Amino acid sequence: MVQTAVAQQKRVAGSRARRQEAVAGLLWASPWILGFVLFTLGPVIASLYLSFTQYTISGVPKWIGLANYVRAISGADALFWPSLWRTFHYALIMVPVGISLSLLIALALNQQLRLTPVLRTCYFLPSLTPVVAAALIWTWLYEPEFGPINWLLWLVHVQGPKWLADPSTALNALMVIGLWGSVGGGTMIIFLAGLQSVPPELHEAAQIDGAGAWTRFRHVTLPMLSPTVLFNLIIGIVGALQVFAVSIIATNGGPDYATWFFIVHLYQNGFQDFDMGYASALAWIFLVIVLALTMINLRLSNRWVYYEGESK
Amino acid sequence: MSAVTVPVRSAAPPRRTGRAFLYAAVVFGATVFMLPFLFALSSSLKTPQELEIFPPSLLPAIPQWQNYVTLFQLPNLPYGVWFENSVIITVLTTLGTTISASASAYGFARFRWPGRDACFAILLGTLILPEQVVLIPKFLMFHLIPTALFGHTLIDTWWPLILPSWFGGGAFSVFLLRQFFLQIPRDLDEAARIDGAGTSHIFWQILLPLSKPALATVAIFAFLGNWNNFIDPLIFITSTSRFPLSVGLRWLQQNPADPSIPQTHLLMAGSVLMVLPPVVIFFAMQRYFIQGVAMSGIKG
Repeated sequence: MVQTAVAQQKRVAGSRARRQEAVAGLLWASPWILGFVLFTLGPVIASLYLSFTQYTISGVPKWIGLANYVRAISGADALFWPSLWRTFHYALIMVPVGISLSLLIALALNQQLRLTPVLRTCYFLPSLTPVVAAALIWTWLYEPEFGPINWLLWLVHVQGPKWLADPSTALNALMVIGLWGSVGGGTMIIFLAGLQSVPPELHEAAQIDGAGAWTRFRHVTLPMLSPTVLFNLIIGIVGALQVFAVSIIATNGGPDYATWFFIVHLYQNGFQDFDMGYASALAWIFLVIVLALTMINLRLSNRWVYYEGESK
Repeated sequence: MSAVTVPVRSAAPPRRTGRAFLYAAVVFGATVFMLPFLFALSSSLKTPQELEIFPPSLLPAIPQWQNYVTLFQLPNLPYGVWFENSVIITVLTTLGTTISASASAYGFARFRWPGRDACFAILLGTLILPEQVVLIPKFLMFHLIPTALFGHTLIDTWWPLILPSWFGGGAFSVFLLRQFFLQIPRDLDEAARIDGAGTSHIFWQILLPLSKPALATVAIFAFLGNWNNFIDPLIFITSTSRFPLSVGLRWLQQNPADPSIPQTHLLMAGSVLMVLPPVVIFFAMQRYFIQGVAMSGIKG
């Protein structure tokens, strides 16, 4: 009798303690929870609703069903598909080239050269440059008449193009700005950390077996690094698809829409034309694309990503 | 920097040429990466006339340091005010992010509550959520709700730039701090609790002092992200007197003080000054910086 009472008391005390712990935990976590509801979940749901309406900031949203999505996909908005393909084109080059260059720099810096800390800083500094400053600096570098790039080309007797002012070169010119500002940055540092966590025994064992440098890179380093590659791939794709500021500042979407990216299109519709219903539909299309690509990446990843310690 | 390289037989000549070649390539690459800065710096010290000479000179004939003074004295283009605005906004958002993210991370790392793991999974999911998706409703929210409640909009104020950072400061910050808190032994909390310490005492006096590297990392990222932020001020701020540097510089680019004179020298000076704070922070906190970036990706 006495024993059960004590046990019960304990249980009551235990459940009270647990409740107290839950309340305290929720209170501490509440900034993020509130922020998530207020600034993420709420807005995501609101933009889904708005995407089915016609809404300029004055007045009330008017339900128009799927009309916004039809307008985008049917081609009634002549800029929709071109801006989407252009954004894919940009990402399709930026991501693989960016990741390869980052890995190359990381491999070189990992060779323990005497100047490594200084060199690492040189490669890293561009990634610290605010995109506005980077775009302004490069706008000057690309200046066709007096800019340094065409001057360098002139020195080797090449007539430089008009770069940002020419629709056939503007997109590539922006890619170069993007690569300059990213390949030596976070991606490279993450690769460097990844390289340093590859156990040296593996390399030694491979070398004893007579594996050359390329074979060791291909069959030791790369598999051990594959989770890092996956991380950089997902972050890289999501980042590249969001390209916006560099275009607004260096080319303002031009010339002749050559750098009119998807987010530029969204910005134009939502915040210049205040066609917020349609811009919300664009935002949701963008969200679905980003999620789908991330899912595909994760799904395909188990074919090429090697996790140490994972049983298969 | 631990060694991953295989022991090198340095006597072997092919090895040595290979290494020399590697050195040359890496140094060449590093130079290419630094050249835009050097050109920007040199151009910022030239006269407008000097910038229109072909072929250009590498260095200004006489360094025009007064370009940097002129930058702060342009009529109707208050570069100094923009710089100050950027500093205030960045400091407030960095504080908000660091404080609210560490509180949230504490809630995730040290307490059991129903729905915690589901919430954390959602938090990880929001890591890849593109910010542009919520831009329109966020804009409407800061316009409509305060208009309904107080009769005036919060568009063209700093509230939309600062307030969200005080609510968790972003999934990445919470994630990073939670991982760090989990590595701190719970015995420390327990010992303090037995001594009668409450949860906030444990948070401020035990966890935070032990988490300086992670806090520094989160603060650095918050600083950079907000200093560089372009799209939010572009959308939310309309008065030039309230601009931070990012949109201010763009304004300067599009609305020259004197359209008859090219202003490349001023744009370059403005850009160089804008790059300075991130670079200073980087050199002051390099160790935390590299650690932090590496920490963010190492788990894949």
